[in-house]
Amino acid sequence: MRKIILSLIILFSSILVIVYLIKPGVTDDESLSEIRSKFEKRATPTTDHSKLEALQQDFKTPQEVTAACMNCHTEAHKEVMKSNHWNWERQEYIKGRGIVSIGKKNAINNFCIGVDGNEKSCAKCHIGFGITDKMDGYTDSTNIDCLVCHDNSDTYIKGSELGGNPMPGIDLQKIAMSVGKPTRSNCGVCHFFGGGGNNVKHGDLEKSMFNPKKEIDVHMASDGPNLRCTDCHVTENHQMLGKIYSLSSMNRDRSTCEQCHKETPHSNEILNEHTMKVACQTCHIPVYAKDNSTKMEWDWSTAGRLENGQPVEEDDELGNHTYLSIKGSFKWGNNLSPDYVWFNGTANHYLLGDTVTDDSKTLVLNSLNGSYSDRNSKIIPVKIHKATQPYDDVTKMLIQPKLFADKKGEGAYWKDFNWVRASEVGMKEVNLPFSGNVSFIKTEMYWPVNHMVSTKDKSLQCIQCHTRDDSKLKDLKDFYMPGRDYNKVVERGGVGLILVSIAGIFVHSLMRIRSSRRGKEQS
Amino acid sequence: MKKTVYIYKSFERFWHWTQALLIFFLATTGFEIHGSIRFFGYENAVEYHNAASYAFIVLIFFAIFWHLTTGEWKQYVPTMKNIKAEINYYLIGIFRNVPHPTRKTVLSKLNPLQKLVYFGLKILVIPVMVVSGILYMFYRYPQQDSIVGIKIDSLESIAVVHTAGAFLLIAFIVVHLYLMTTGATLTSNLKAMLTGYEEIDGEEKDSSKIFEGRNIAGAEIKKSSN
Repeated sequence: MRKIILSLIILFSSILVIVYLIKPGVTDDESLSEIRSKFEKRATPTTDHSKLEALQQDFKTPQEVTAACMNCHTEAHKEVMKSNHWNWERQEYIKGRGIVSIGKKNAINNFCIGVDGNEKSCAKCHIGFGITDKMDGYTDSTNIDCLVCHDNSDTYIKGSELGGNPMPGIDLQKIAMSVGKPTRSNCGVCHFFGGGGNNVKHGDLEKSMFNPKKEIDVHMASDGPNLRCTDCHVTENHQMLGKIYSLSSMNRDRSTCEQCHKETPHSNEILNEHTMKVACQTCHIPVYAKDNSTKMEWDWSTAGRLENGQPVEEDDELGNHTYLSIKGSFKWGNNLSPDYVWFNGTANHYLLGDTVTDDSKTLVLNSLNGSYSDRNSKIIPVKIHKATQPYDDVTKMLIQPKLFADKKGEGAYWKDFNWVRASEVGMKEVNLPFSGNVSFIKTEMYWPVNHMVSTKDKSLQCIQCHTRDDSKLKDLKDFYMPGRDYNKVVERGGVGLILVSIAGIFVHSLMRIRSSRRGKEQS
Repeated sequence: MKKTVYIYKSFERFWHWTQALLIFFLATTGFEIHGSIRFFGYENAVEYHNAASYAFIVLIFFAIFWHLTTGEWKQYVPTMKNIKAEINYYLIGIFRNVPHPTRKTVLSKLNPLQKLVYFGLKILVIPVMVVSGILYMFYRYPQQDSIVGIKIDSLESIAVVHTAGAFLLIAFIVVHLYLMTTGATLTSNLKAMLTGYEEIDGEEKDSSKIFEGRNIAGAEIKKSSN
């Protein structure tokens, strides 16, 4: 008997050991260092621009610099003027709409709403000079702003509300002589500040990423691989990979993790299977807005409160604006867990002049397409930005108000604080009808979160999704996920069956005990 | 007359206990995957569950081979004879210290109720668990054709069947563990399954009644208990 028990124990424990040994070890460090070596050595440029005589001159205007660039780079302007950085619209195919022209020009967002009528201010982040409401100068190649992307001296600054021109007083010669490939700071000066302040729009692109630590972004970490934006946003002939779905509609020219990493990079096969339906970002960017806050809600309807006739500003303890008379009230957040949606790489957009079918519901300005059953869809992390923004409930159109002007009296809301007037001027500028009624509508925008990739040890764990309580994917209900979902009938029936069995055993054993006592008494 | 016989062969005991352990382990890891408990950690639970399932399938192959080659499979052919007597025994007779209505012998070691339940397990519950389990493991999401696997549009039906089977097995084990104590003594069945030897009643030579066991009608049970 003892021998048998012993041999059984040995058998069982050896099974446990075998089960444990079958578990694969984690050894993907090798492939990572292979990728790392790709970026360790950077080619030194074959031209030192500081030695070029053509650049050693006292430039009076930024256009003179561009002309000097074009003396050698004779065809570059043609590439640039075809690029998304230069153009304010492009042709895209949208399912259900066909081929449409879409861009900043006609897409409405739920931050500063739209560029029309406000070009002179918006042009601070455009790679051109001399931009006006009329958009003249747009076809002149010497208006290309080479420096904003190629300045390597970190001293080039574009002026506010100057139609894209640089801030007066900067040393154009020094900057021109410094030019080279774009660095994080070249891209960051615009892309980190979209929406009128640091991290307002994206949530995963902000000033801490000029020199991020590994905890902020494992790729761009200056104490790590120190990647530049263009390492992933690979650029050829001034056309860059990568896009943001606030304006893009088609599944093309995307910058992807798979450019460097394999599609199935894990040593664990079950994790690799996940890559069919789960984007890398979903697990590897568990948190965004890790350092500075990002704007989560924008309520335009509260704008216009003046104190003693003057616009006011209210900030929270972190210095984020919570109220501005010109823009309304805001809510911010940091260290946020993303929302998750299905996405197949295509999107639809609200474009100027579209009519809203049901204005009692929240209007999604850029709906991301996708579902579980769509074979091209994956779960991606997004930031959802909510807003309450001006809307004409008679024409059923979102309003493009005139916001910016140099002076009072032109109808600009930021000067005159009159919604009706600003809407009238703004809608006239885009040739759309306006009823004279300004109401407000709730809108949402979906911003895919692609940056701020965390270190491996911080990535999402199985249990954060595969759980009944507060699963990260609790809102994606169109599929069955183990650990989160169960069939109520089976669950109740199964638990009931076990409980009934236990109760039966309890009663049965009590009766046995009683009868055996009685039996003893009788004998 | 009581006599000690060698009733459970060594492979049978090995199979029984390994199966017991595997089912216990699969249930623990399985219900962790199902979200009912937390013990090993989700990732470990999935890996252990999958590994144990392969071990279980190997064991099933050995067991099938053993049952076929030794003819022991005949023990599990269900019979409706004496079912009523068995039920009467467990519901009534057992409290009146009536003898078990069927006799345990080497060639008929399962009573009619056991035959029925074990037969159901073997041809229904276990195969359903194995098949649904394999589908569960090799299920692939609706996807592009990058990784080859079985394509089913939703995991839900597979998972629901697999879970329902798991509940049935748990209920079986609960009852099984209790009925284990209803032998000649509380532990005689357990001892028999551990050592192979059990003390059972009388003459072994009457081979004509081997597969049915001795009949004692329900009516007689009542009479004898008066």
